[in-house]
Amino acid sequence: MTAAALLPPAGLPGLDPAWSRLVEVPRVDGRGGSDTWHVLDNAVDLAAGDETAGTLLCVHGNPTWSYLWRDVARAASKPADGGRPWRVIAVDQLGMGFSERTGRTHRLRDRVVELGALTDALGLTGPVVTVGHDWGGAVSLGWAVEHRAQLAGVVLTNTAVHQDLGVAAPAPLRLALTGGVLRTSTVTTTAFLETALALAHPPLSAAVRDAYRAPYRTRARRVAIGDFVADIPLAADHPSRPALDDLAAAVRTLDVPAFVAWGPRDPVFVGRFLDDVLDRLPQADVHRFEGAGHLVAEDVDFAGALLTWLTDQEVDTPDLDTPDLDAPELEDGVTRTPFRPLGAAVDERADDDGPALVELAPIGGGGPRSISWALLARRVDEIARGMGLAGVGRGDRVCLLVPPGADLTAALYACLRIGAVVVVADAGLGIRGLSRAVRGASPDVVIGVERALLAARALGWPARRFGAGPMSRASRRLLGVETTLVELAASGRTPLGGVPAALPSGGVPAAMPLGGVPAALPPAPGPHDPAAVLFTSGSTGPAKGVAYTHGQLAAMRDVVGTTYGIGPGTAFVAGFAPFALLGPALGATCACPDMDVTAPRTLTAAALAAAVAAIDAAVVFASPAALTAVVASADGLDEEGRRALAGVGVFLSAGAPVPPELLAAAGALMPAAAPHTPYGMTEALLVTDISLDEIRAAAGGEPAVRGVCVGRPVEGVRIAISPLDDRGAATGALTGAPGVTGEILIRGAHVMDHYDRLWLTQRASARDVGWHRTGDVGQFDDADRLWVEGRLRHVITTAEGVLTPVRFERLAEGVAGVGRAAAVGVGPAGVQQVVLVVETVPATRRPGLATTELTARVRASIDRPVAAVFAVPRLPTDVRHNSKVQRTRIGIWAGRALAGGRLGAP
Amino acid sequence: MTSPVTSAVTSAGSGAATGQRVLVTGASGMLGRAVAVRLQRDGHAVRTFQRRPAGVDGADEVRGSVTDANAVARAVHGCDAVVHLAAKVSFTGREEEFRAVNVTGTRTMLAAARAAGARRFVMVSSPSVAHVGTSIVGAGAGPADPVRARGHYARTKAMAELAALAADSPELRVLAVRPHIVWGPGDTQLVERIVNRARSGRLPILGSGAALIDSTYVDNAADAIAAALVADNAAYGASYVVTNGEPRPVRDLLAGICAAAGVPAPGWSVPSPLARAVGGVIEAMWIRPGWGEPPMTRFLAEQLSTAHWFDQRRTRTSLGWAPAVTLDAGLALLAASYPRR
Repeated sequence: MTAAALLPPAGLPGLDPAWSRLVEVPRVDGRGGSDTWHVLDNAVDLAAGDETAGTLLCVHGNPTWSYLWRDVARAASKPADGGRPWRVIAVDQLGMGFSERTGRTHRLRDRVVELGALTDALGLTGPVVTVGHDWGGAVSLGWAVEHRAQLAGVVLTNTAVHQDLGVAAPAPLRLALTGGVLRTSTVTTTAFLETALALAHPPLSAAVRDAYRAPYRTRARRVAIGDFVADIPLAADHPSRPALDDLAAAVRTLDVPAFVAWGPRDPVFVGRFLDDVLDRLPQADVHRFEGAGHLVAEDVDFAGALLTWLTDQEVDTPDLDTPDLDAPELEDGVTRTPFRPLGAAVDERADDDGPALVELAPIGGGGPRSISWALLARRVDEIARGMGLAGVGRGDRVCLLVPPGADLTAALYACLRIGAVVVVADAGLGIRGLSRAVRGASPDVVIGVERALLAARALGWPARRFGAGPMSRASRRLLGVETTLVELAASGRTPLGGVPAALPSGGVPAAMPLGGVPAALPPAPGPHDPAAVLFTSGSTGPAKGVAYTHGQLAAMRDVVGTTYGIGPGTAFVAGFAPFALLGPALGATCACPDMDVTAPRTLTAAALAAAVAAIDAAVVFASPAALTAVVASADGLDEEGRRALAGVGVFLSAGAPVPPELLAAAGALMPAAAPHTPYGMTEALLVTDISLDEIRAAAGGEPAVRGVCVGRPVEGVRIAISPLDDRGAATGALTGAPGVTGEILIRGAHVMDHYDRLWLTQRASARDVGWHRTGDVGQFDDADRLWVEGRLRHVITTAEGVLTPVRFERLAEGVAGVGRAAAVGVGPAGVQQVVLVVETVPATRRPGLATTELTARVRASIDRPVAAVFAVPRLPTDVRHNSKVQRTRIGIWAGRALAGGRLGAP
Repeated sequence: MTSPVTSAVTSAGSGAATGQRVLVTGASGMLGRAVAVRLQRDGHAVRTFQRRPAGVDGADEVRGSVTDANAVARAVHGCDAVVHLAAKVSFTGREEEFRAVNVTGTRTMLAAARAAGARRFVMVSSPSVAHVGTSIVGAGAGPADPVRARGHYARTKAMAELAALAADSPELRVLAVRPHIVWGPGDTQLVERIVNRARSGRLPILGSGAALIDSTYVDNAADAIAAALVADNAAYGASYVVTNGEPRPVRDLLAGICAAAGVPAPGWSVPSPLARAVGGVIEAMWIRPGWGEPPMTRFLAEQLSTAHWFDQRRTRTSLGWAPAVTLDAGLALLAASYPRR
């Protein structure tokens, strides 16, 4: 059935009727005649004489139409940030949208050629950037590989350029392709169309949904929807298979800039399609819009992101890459030592039988166990070789879901040795956060204990699964576990071609004599190679993946070692699990006390003392929660324990803000130790450090509390402040001047490389070349000490100026009867009111306004008008540390309550 | 208190100066009286116009109703400017009465002012003209909405404000000032009712008592009106919400007023949906002549259980005014006005 091309009806939301054109294009199959296309063309919006940067050729997928690109058409004619305008040609593919119903079946190859004929007919000259969605992605790339002279870039949103025959297609797609179902769902009924429109997050408005339905009102107008689905070449003998295979190969030869905007909540174009696209276009800038789905152009401001990216391509952006680590000196005068891999100390001490790692209560039970440097080095080497044999290599992402201990340490250093990228996300994110993080990082392999692999299977993480720790045969089968760390180690030490000896499941096998030639190790990775992706705590939105290079990890080791005097010959206790991983890198002996590492509050004073005594530790690391537990259980210390703790020289509490009272109480247990607390973040583990004495001096010498004093930058770190404007944005020129509040920027060799697959986030955080914007606000005092005043997104913008929360919280916490406090802004930006939400001592039973008396005391403690004071039983805090108050959430709650809404729990 | 604008009156575009003859209508009320006194102190010659004696020392007085065109013409004769406060303010009553005073009365006043050659007209309005029943959280002065505003008072004031702004012209400059919840010593409206009810234990807190409400100390409102009278021409033709800019939970506000008056603060609460429903029923039964004000109306329940606070930035820059008396200072002045016990 045929039907002529039409113009869309008037009144579709966001669509300017002036953009619509019908273009007659001679048929390309040599049979004469012509096809008529409906295209959106924003040329009418471009002022005469406007020099455009080029043309965006936008190709929709199935079952949408050019309406998908309406925001692009609008935004492109007047880009922000001073970029040049772009002409937009957004097509309705033949048979789709308001283009002609030709009566023919258009396969992938036809569509590519037809698109070329259209651009010929339009006489497109100058640079072209293709933009594609869904199966329009493949069509747009087809055009791209055949117009290389004109091609200036490619942009893709949830799409696929390759269907791996070895991997099952996503279930919804397979179902749609089933014979009878196909025609019924796509053509006879509107089921496929409606399903696609229901994939928007948040849901589309009724008017926009109607606009998408407009060209597909009748069965006859929906024929091409069915044809499109049927054209997906899932089988090897599908007629479009060769075209897709050729295209998939040709895409690898595209060397133009590429931008990929991806919505992870897509049931069809799942994460592995993104991986495949990135594998073929390794130069691509990618942003995963957490929370967005298949219709990413509807779910988020895709047009804004696209124009930002395009403008960046035009501007001759300075190289934002890592400073050259090989250069002995940077322009900031920081001298660099030559690159020494993170695992160097382990290699160097391969013959040392002294203890590297002492576990007071190893996983799996048994008494304390000590792992020598020699054993650790051997295990690292064996697992590294074994992983190579298992096909894991450079650049592969390996997610480690193993509790801290010898297994994790060995696996970590083995991965680093072979150049695999370690993905570390901890259970502290909560299972949903963890799953989102793992999926986002898209690991090739998950190495985990049984519990973790159970989650991997239940949550459908698409990765190979390796086991850690004991695991029954049945579990292995059930969980699809290919191999285990024990087996990897065994295969790694077995001569090539040999058969690994049978090993008892679990436990560390005795070293086996080497015979014959072991599996080869690849060349060691260099300083610029990717090493790890660590996840942030997610206390401010979804957890972000933070990518480090080997050079940056090595620099982190050096900063920690230099700052706290830890190196070969020293011994420390890691009451804060992540530090246990650093021990082997520092060449220091490390002991892990008897505690549940996932629950820091299980550390007792006696357990800490036992660990200190075991290795005669000079340094103790503990999270604030662990330290609190130690102080609370001090009565359980015997004389021997007290003596052991008295020998500690330095103790550190990190991971979250540490109250000085806690440091002092812990200091009383370790009288010879200097209490320290560092300031850092996932993006740079160590930025500043302060001792308890300095904290006291800062508090005493200040006329007024500024926030939390975190001390001075550690060696190798530079800090600058980007002052806030009156809207609370950090737009000011970088300064080191005292008393100026702004966003805290840092630089140093150990600062992360970039945010993983978050191009926009990375761009924002790195907009000052060589600096990282932390998202924290603070100021320097006259003594060059840094004070942290809160998160940038939590600043309170009142009509009288911008205020920061931590200062008010500290003042309120000084009021008798107040425990923890949160200061939040309520109301529209620019006219916000300051509101305090506090925990009381004793705790109130129900959330509500604080008593009139307490309200008056809190108001009196703060030198700014406070609109309201609430008392709540418990302030919500972050999952990982249970200590950072969630101001965003509290602010929303308080805002609702103050608007006259009901009072639930915050 | 000094006027922050007296130094600005000669600035370019200003159509007014001190030493004018100003008609203040509704001067028997607390705010009208404060405005009359304030304008005299600024050096204006003040004439008042209301039904009852206003008793403003030094002011010329014409008695009459805004519904009487002849009386209005007499009052405005020879005046350079008008501050129009006279209105029927009540939570209940018949719509015709509101319409006659608030809408027709304002039109009459505008026509008379124009006929008398007055150059400026400050319409004293209310934020309720733009309030459609949901909470107001830091919003600016929205357009008056006679259709959706709640209650006869707000609807008729909305019509009156629209009529006034429509009359703005180069010959007669008109602007509207919307003070929100004006209170102070001698207040027979809000303060006295709150205090009386609290004294007899009939003042409940609605809902959680957390609804954030801004209010205006009477001298601040008078200052703002005085500032409006001499503001730049560019400020005319628009509406401005005036408040202290210190929103507080309604519980704190009521407690503050009760404390100032030396009566116990409200100690019991009523869920706000219930209060609204009960208010609606009482309101429907109460509207009979001679019954006076009902104890609770739907409008009042809504006012006391949803947030009302405003973006004051435009008001302050356009009028060149800032509140001089803080909430706490105002409460202290209120307390001082009660006899010591």
